[in-house]
Amino acid sequence: MTAAKAAAPSPVLPTDNYVTINNISKTFDGFRAVHDVSFSIRKGEIFALLGASGCGKSTLLRMLAGFEAPTAGTILLDGLDLNGLPPYRRPINMMFQSYALFPHMTVEQNIAYGLKQDKLPKHEINDRVQEMLKLVRMETYAKRKPHQLSGGQQQRVALARSLSKGPKLLLLDEPMGALDKKLRTQMQLEVVRIIERLGVTCVMVTHDQEEAMTMAHRIAIMEAGQISQIGTPAEIYEQPNCRYTASFIGSVNLFEGTLDEDQIDHCTIKTADLDVPIYVGHGVTGMTGMPCAFAVRPEKVSMSKTRPEQMHNHVAGIIQDIAYLGSESVYHVRLQSGKMVQVELVNAVRWGSERFAADDAVWIYWEDESGVVLTA
Amino acid sequence: MNNGPARISKFSYAALIVGFIFLYAPMLSLVIYSFNESRLVTVWAGFSTKWYGELFNDQQIMQAAWRSLQLAAFTATASTILGTLSAIVIVRFKRFRGRTAFTAMITAPLVMPEVITGLSLLLLFVSLGQWIGWPEGRGMHTIWIAHVTFTVAFVNVVISSRLQEMDISLEEAAMDLGANRVKTFFTITLPIISPALISGWLLAFTLSLDDLVVASFVSGPSSTTLPMVVFSSVRLGLSPKINALATILISLVSIAAFIGWWLMWRKERQRLRDIQDITSI
Ligand SMILES: Nc1ncnc2c1ncn2[C@@H]1O[C@H](COP(=O)(O)OP(=O)(O)OP(=O)(O)O)[C@@H](O)[C@H]1O
Ligand SMILES: [Mg+2]
Repeated sequence: MTAAKAAAPSPVLPTDNYVTINNISKTFDGFRAVHDVSFSIRKGEIFALLGASGCGKSTLLRMLAGFEAPTAGTILLDGLDLNGLPPYRRPINMMFQSYALFPHMTVEQNIAYGLKQDKLPKHEINDRVQEMLKLVRMETYAKRKPHQLSGGQQQRVALARSLSKGPKLLLLDEPMGALDKKLRTQMQLEVVRIIERLGVTCVMVTHDQEEAMTMAHRIAIMEAGQISQIGTPAEIYEQPNCRYTASFIGSVNLFEGTLDEDQIDHCTIKTADLDVPIYVGHGVTGMTGMPCAFAVRPEKVSMSKTRPEQMHNHVAGIIQDIAYLGSESVYHVRLQSGKMVQVELVNAVRWGSERFAADDAVWIYWEDESGVVLTA
Repeated sequence: MNNGPARISKFSYAALIVGFIFLYAPMLSLVIYSFNESRLVTVWAGFSTKWYGELFNDQQIMQAAWRSLQLAAFTATASTILGTLSAIVIVRFKRFRGRTAFTAMITAPLVMPEVITGLSLLLLFVSLGQWIGWPEGRGMHTIWIAHVTFTVAFVNVVISSRLQEMDISLEEAAMDLGANRVKTFFTITLPIISPALISGWLLAFTLSLDDLVVASFVSGPSSTTLPMVVFSSVRLGLSPKINALATILISLVSIAAFIGWWLMWRKERQRLRDIQDITSI
């Protein structure tokens, strides 16, 4: 994934800071739900806040919507300071996790509700409602009440309602939370299609990494009220900047050790798990001897029954467990140090998984460029 | 072992029937004796509707009935408004000083003995009359105030439980779409909790209609309510007229209950049909 690396130093455009969040904090009775968070969102971008339960994602989103007042910090939207503006004065609309469709109104009335608040003329409201129904392909359900709709249909109405006023910023709270798995994948792509067609800037909250990676252009990883990393899905996956991000997104093998040698084009890490220091094909900025970790994803580790020819980055072990997943197999290999390492191999040929069996003695190895050094 | 549950259910049936007889037999006998020819309440002397005729000719009872109905309607309306406001304050404004005290005081009449409520209100009205000259005497207005004071507690409970159940994100969604708090209340909250408003209103109506104790304390010379008339006339000896009155009241209540049940049943059936519609899409 060198594409992500090359894309990193792009020039700063005026639309880069469409939404600016400056040092935002929120404290509930002494409990810091969001702590000193700053970042900015580009115009037309789908931005995901991803994190474990209780890390403050919803709180951050609710501060954008205006339902919670920040304890400190400012939020700017397209140059407008949102501080002190009540939700009904913000050019922002939100799609709620429970959809929050008004049960006593039809689909049409639900979508028209926001437009009516702007006191638009009747025919304009009708036109806009029809346009929205068409956008989410719900024209035939206009006269139904929300309880007469399936979960996926309700979600589409909720989306149409939150887009009806043409908000400058769209907020999605766990947009797929109430759907079953199959519908979820289908709706993820559909929602992205609709949002991108309208070009609306969007912040979404989710605890599902797959959902964030599928839908978002950029992801912010949140941990305990703070943002630990922001980047494109590929950057976050291939270049995590800390142990938390590395293990939160996908699975990872972490080798704890100390920085042994640090050059411009490479560095080595001494660890108890390997006899020879790990050789990494990029430099780090740090002092020799400082503690750090080497992270390598299971699919970037190879395995063979014979000793590999490369000088570095190989170690012997015994296969402990095999998880056969059809398209790939995950092997859990125990090293001599006792450390467990996951190796994921694609079953490219039929019965390919039968090359290795449990209790086989194997060598695992990886390329110099396969992993990253984590100092945090 | 296998017929254990069956035995239990036979026993439960018997208990249920005995219970219903215990509850409803007195009412049934009351209804039957309202059509009795004889003046004596305990001797059957043939079918007649003459007591109904006498009832409708009794000016005192008819006036008291009309007065009680008006009073109940005014009480129910006032306490529904106050009960809704207080429920919103309690449920929606989570943190304000004195919230616990406010909640306790609003709901205290639920457990307060009626005699105490009646007596203290009487003392209040008397001393208010001495201090500020209002209320000058006691009458319908004092009963109305007294009834609102104790029915508002019941209405408050009914409405606040409905408010608590209501998904708060519905109100947030309305505000998010540009409606201010007042607009949100009238277009979203009120329609959604309207079934609770109706049941609260009906509850207050019936509570006021059958209150004897509180009304006796705070009523004036020209404000005798129906329960007071019934009670005083029974003290002079049972009259089949009262049986006739009771029969009319029972029928009214039954009809109201039946209509309520029928509306609910229709709604439920509609809901089941809707669910079938969705699954067949
Ligand atoms: N109104 C509130 N009062 C007190 N504490 C709150 C309030 N709202 C949220 N919190 C606390 O703030 C923290 C962050 O909550 P938040 O809802 O933002 O989490 P989240 O990241 O959205 O989690 P989830 O994925 O479970 O929705 C939680 O520990 C929660 O207990
Ligand atoms: Mg949340």
